[in-house]
Amino acid sequence: MGIKFEKVDEGDFLLDCCGYVCPHPQMYTKKALQKMDSGDVLTLRFDNPSSGESIVAMCESEGNDLYERDEGTGTYVWKIRKG
Amino acid sequence: MSKDTATAAAGAGAMHRGTLYSGIIVALVAIVSAMALAADTRWIYLLVYVWFGLAYGIFLQYGRFCMASAVRDLFAVKVPRMAVGVMIATALFSLTAAFVNVAGYSTFHPHPLGWHILIGGLIFGFGIIFTGGCASGSLYKSGEGNIGSMLVLFSISFSQAIFVDLGSWSNAFAPASWEASAADKGMPESLSVTDGWFDQFMAGYVWDLSGGTVGQWLGTGSAWVNSFLGNAVISSILPVLAIIVVLYIWAFRKGYLRREKLENPGLGDELRGIWKMVTSSKNTAIAGLGLGVFAGLQMWVTGALREHYGIFNFGELLAKMGYTNGLTIQYTVFDPGYWYITTQEAQFAGWILNGMGADNMDNVYFGLTNGLPNPLINAPLLMSLGIILGAAMIALVKKEFKWKVPNMETAIFALVGGALMGIGARIGMGCNVGAFFAAVTNGDLTGWIFLAGMTLGGFIGVKAFNAWMEYRASKEDDFAL
Repeated sequence: MGIKFEKVDEGDFLLDCCGYVCPHPQMYTKKALQKMDSGDVLTLRFDNPSSGESIVAMCESEGNDLYERDEGTGTYVWKIRKG
Repeated sequence: MSKDTATAAAGAGAMHRGTLYSGIIVALVAIVSAMALAADTRWIYLLVYVWFGLAYGIFLQYGRFCMASAVRDLFAVKVPRMAVGVMIATALFSLTAAFVNVAGYSTFHPHPLGWHILIGGLIFGFGIIFTGGCASGSLYKSGEGNIGSMLVLFSISFSQAIFVDLGSWSNAFAPASWEASAADKGMPESLSVTDGWFDQFMAGYVWDLSGGTVGQWLGTGSAWVNSFLGNAVISSILPVLAIIVVLYIWAFRKGYLRREKLENPGLGDELRGIWKMVTSSKNTAIAGLGLGVFAGLQMWVTGALREHYGIFNFGELLAKMGYTNGLTIQYTVFDPGYWYITTQEAQFAGWILNGMGADNMDNVYFGLTNGLPNPLINAPLLMSLGIILGAAMIALVKKEFKWKVPNMETAIFALVGGALMGIGARIGMGCNVGAFFAAVTNGDLTGWIFLAGMTLGGFIGVKAFNAWMEYRASKEDDFAL
């Protein structure tokens, strides 16, 4: 089970970091966003809560829009629109 | 029932169960505590560790308080959140520690100053990048059901226990001057201080160094001035303020000015920006506050109990209670009286190895200083268990608990990184808590040296991790879109 990064559709990407702890989710999220264009959407799946804190701060600082957060079952599914 | 309602109902059910499990944990700890006290009220000394551990676990998980993240996220993703949280906790704990010191209940001993602190910090800092958590972070993440973090704890424990008891083959790596100096110490034969690298490092190098607190150096004759001005303001608060300004300029200012659309910011704008950074993660700031206050309280309570029982160390109390197994030749055990992480983990693994037939009480670390008590009566180890349980409680309530089985990559990183953390902690005389946090806040500047080493190690670790990511992407093509 590795980290999955795939293009689902035009401007629509999926990054799955489930099973990985810090620093994988935040570092791969950063890397994934770098590969995307402004306006593209990243659906991010991860299950390491503390990575979430860093990803929130990272999006805020870099001007990316974290507009949907589905959590509560131990697995987080977030949507980020690249700024 | 619509999909949304079904999800909400399932969520509510999960929360109910989580709260219930959390309540069961508190009830069990309370019952065991009551039974221990009914058997002998002197177990209160040990229970103080357990309950403070629970409190630390709650704060650590609530604030996701991890010093690995403080160093790593700064270099890896330029997020200063955790570094700021650690700084807040440092400033606050220095104030509570100063208060405890004035009251005469401080249990702190300054660390000897030497190169080993920088080197230990560097090895430790490199290791934490790969384990995904520092020593205290790995405890709270274990409480979140993270089996990878439990592997880290396993590795920290055993690497330390093995490292402090390396056999005669390791003598070749110790300078002759260490052996000569160790031999001069007149230690009992049974400790064989001239045999084994770590014994020679301790008896022949570390013991020849000295240390102290800023308060001691000020030596004004006023405990208030020495503690508050020396140990708190000069040793902790001023460096903390300087670091916060550096963090703001380097990692927060640019994004803040863009968001606020400020083109020519005045001093007021900059100060508001710094405040915004400090308060940007409320959970972390609150955890920093809680940890600072409770860490001071624990020193106070333990100090008061020592006075009450007329002891300097828990080992004396254990001996009075009839438990002499695993005590050092001075009838002591490891009993810091404040928040500490790694030594008790070394004892845990050392105790298991001892049970399997290892002759590991013939060294300075276990035989003279820390002992190898049964884990059930090892107070600091039970504090670590308390941290795991406290973190599990709040993770259950917040619906963040999930059993996470590591994959091969994470497991190998956990074991190798954990071993580096264990070795680094023993060379640097503690982890991010014992060698940094508890040190600087009590006026011991060696803690900043450890942090400098840890930061440098973390920086190199992030570079190495990036190289690993690139290598994987090029090899497996899974990230090369």
